[in-house]
Amino acid sequence: MSQDRAKNNIKLPVYLDNQATTPVDPRVLEAMMPYFTEKFGNPHSRSHSHGWEVEEAVEEARGHVAAVIGANPKEVIYTSGATESNNLAIKGVAHYNKDRKNHIITVVTEHKCVLDSCRHLQQEGFDVTYLPVQQNGILDLDVLRAAFTDQTVLVSVMGVNNEIGVIQPLTEIGAICRENGAYFHTDCAQAVGKIPLDVNEMNIDLLSISGHKIYGPMGIGALYVRRRPRVRLQALINGGGQERGMRSGTLPAPLCVGFGEACRIANEEMAVETDRIRMLARKLHQGVDERIPDVILNGDFDQRVAGNLNLSFSYVEGESLLMAIKDLSVSSGSACTSASLEPSYVLRALGVDEEMAHTSIRFGIGRFTTEAEIDFAVETLADHVGRLREMSPLWEMVQEGIDLKSIEWSDH
Amino acid sequence: MTVFCDHNAGSPVRADVAEGVAATMKMGGNPSSVHGVGRKARAALERARAQVANLVGAPADVVVFTGSGSEANNLALAGGAWASIVVSAIEHPSVLAAVPDAIVAPVNADGVLDLAAFEEIIATAPAPGLVSVMLANNETGVLQPVNDVARIAHRYGALVHTDAVQAVGRVALDMARLDTDMLTLSAHKIGGPQGVGALLLKDHVRIEPLIRGGGQEKRRRAGTENVAGIVGFGIAADSAAEDLSDAARVTALRDRLETRLMRTAPDVRFHGVSEGRLGNTSCVGMPGVAGETQVLAFDLAGIALSAGAACSSGKVETSHVLRAMGVSEPAAGEAIRVSFGPTNTDADVDSVAAIWRDLYRRTRSGDTPGYEEMAAVGAAA
Repeated sequence: MSQDRAKNNIKLPVYLDNQATTPVDPRVLEAMMPYFTEKFGNPHSRSHSHGWEVEEAVEEARGHVAAVIGANPKEVIYTSGATESNNLAIKGVAHYNKDRKNHIITVVTEHKCVLDSCRHLQQEGFDVTYLPVQQNGILDLDVLRAAFTDQTVLVSVMGVNNEIGVIQPLTEIGAICRENGAYFHTDCAQAVGKIPLDVNEMNIDLLSISGHKIYGPMGIGALYVRRRPRVRLQALINGGGQERGMRSGTLPAPLCVGFGEACRIANEEMAVETDRIRMLARKLHQGVDERIPDVILNGDFDQRVAGNLNLSFSYVEGESLLMAIKDLSVSSGSACTSASLEPSYVLRALGVDEEMAHTSIRFGIGRFTTEAEIDFAVETLADHVGRLREMSPLWEMVQEGIDLKSIEWSDH
Repeated sequence: MTVFCDHNAGSPVRADVAEGVAATMKMGGNPSSVHGVGRKARAALERARAQVANLVGAPADVVVFTGSGSEANNLALAGGAWASIVVSAIEHPSVLAAVPDAIVAPVNADGVLDLAAFEEIIATAPAPGLVSVMLANNETGVLQPVNDVARIAHRYGALVHTDAVQAVGRVALDMARLDTDMLTLSAHKIGGPQGVGALLLKDHVRIEPLIRGGGQEKRRRAGTENVAGIVGFGIAADSAAEDLSDAARVTALRDRLETRLMRTAPDVRFHGVSEGRLGNTSCVGMPGVAGETQVLAFDLAGIALSAGAACSSGKVETSHVLRAMGVSEPAAGEAIRVSFGPTNTDADVDSVAAIWRDLYRRTRSGDTPGYEEMAAVGAAA
């Protein structure tokens, strides 16, 4: 089989799920390991040099994190990850300002933790507007403009969508938020290291970052909190008063160091890496397009990160396809919801019908993906999609020229 | 070569833990992904959950992994619909700050919760109530009567949380026997990595998550799990369960130190020694010398220890624990904490005792040492 031919010189399974998590870069691992062993200490132990040395490394890392988004290190708060950052930003700002303003604007395609935080605030009595997106997954700025009220305190729009990879117009959104006197929070877990970000140019007030989406360790992330003009928020975790009172708890020094190194590498290599990944993504997309008919790309073609392809393979059930292509580690949606069989709410928000949403697969191409792996992926998909379609009565009907939309299915 | 005597701030990561963490990081995978790589990460996560549960004799499914002990304490206390919360006066700042409106139960001069006063409070506190009393204090090591607290609290229908961060791995711990409804653990106090904690939460306890979205940890703590850190926690938990026998050796170190200091200085003050305490901890005061000064002298001599807790981020403040015990203002500021662990030896005790003696004698001879003199003390050691 052609798939076997392509299998030469690659290690299986091929990891194409870099939006779920990225492998730790060996350089990151190397940078952080000494802080697990000989350079050990509690970074808050100010009274002995054990603590000082570690604190210095943690602060240097904070500088790298700040640099990747054009911020001042003093504006970066370490957290356990982007989910905590998003919770802290949204609930923290809402709670701090609750006596002043009580309206929040977000978008239906946000990450679950943003939506869940907003839903929780609604239960507490806040007003939340969930804006729709256009068919290409991108927010319509006029729709955003119309959503503001004099009560709007916060707008939360992600930089890059985790399922479909589309890039939101952050600069424009930032300007609109500034005009309307609302804070702008953006979940950039999928954007950092993938697209250029500058909190000042983009008028971003709060920005969430994740370590493990940028080849850093899990269990670490950051929230950028603007100092001028100062954004105030209520902490989620109280205690020893670390991170300027916004996030208590001993900082995990090795994770901070690894995260910093991941940001440093991302900052340095983004331009070159993006070109390479884009080339691979195009190769995958073209290869699939040439070999398999009726495949649809979900989300805007141009306004998307290089490493994401979300494809619907019509007439093939997504779960069956996932089972069939076990040699490819891919997912049918976001990892957080992938255990459920619900169709993706992101795709549904784009107007993708339920059947097509069920046939979608997310391909996440990353730093360590090779051209040989892409060739293998194309062969694997061509083989299995073809085979599954041959077993599909729907596919057969389509081949016979029947318009499936015209059929009235009887309930049963 | 530094002598590390600050284990209550966090023990050095065990070698087998560091290896396990590195290996897991190389493995990769998001445990929520359904593909093989994700399922492997999930299996590693669940193995660690069982190891951590086993350390305190609990079933695996009560373990909720968090990003720290502080987060676990906040989750336990700030996430429920309680009509009243009672905490002891000597709790960790992550308990006290999580619930600033809590009713504070006093401790006696020995640093032990006053059970009679506690019962009076709980008898009149509005229901449903929650109680949080730590198992061992981080500054003095004094053990708290959590078992009695649970018995009394349950009699009045209140639930009980205990912060077991300092006690675990140092005394045998059985959550069922303790009879608490919630229990906090932290990995880096038992030789695990920083950035991982756990709240053990029995089925009947209803709490609201602090961090929402994604549905991990049975919807009680969202966010991709720190798989490598959790695996490290599991390894550390296994080792801690085996290493409890080392506790007797560590206790002997601490006792030897205290004996030496008493011989050196008849006016030395030990805080919280009358009742049971952790075998590794000594909270010791040198009359007339500020704790910060002592700590600096030790640091220059290559010995790491601390004045009170590590987490107060540079604020020089008298210990709320010693104040709650009724220790007077100057005496409270003159206390340092020596906390031993598996890495310490007899030689470390000798070093600590020698530095302490030199500093003590210098201050008794009338000249309060300046920075250079302390450095000289350090160089001489």
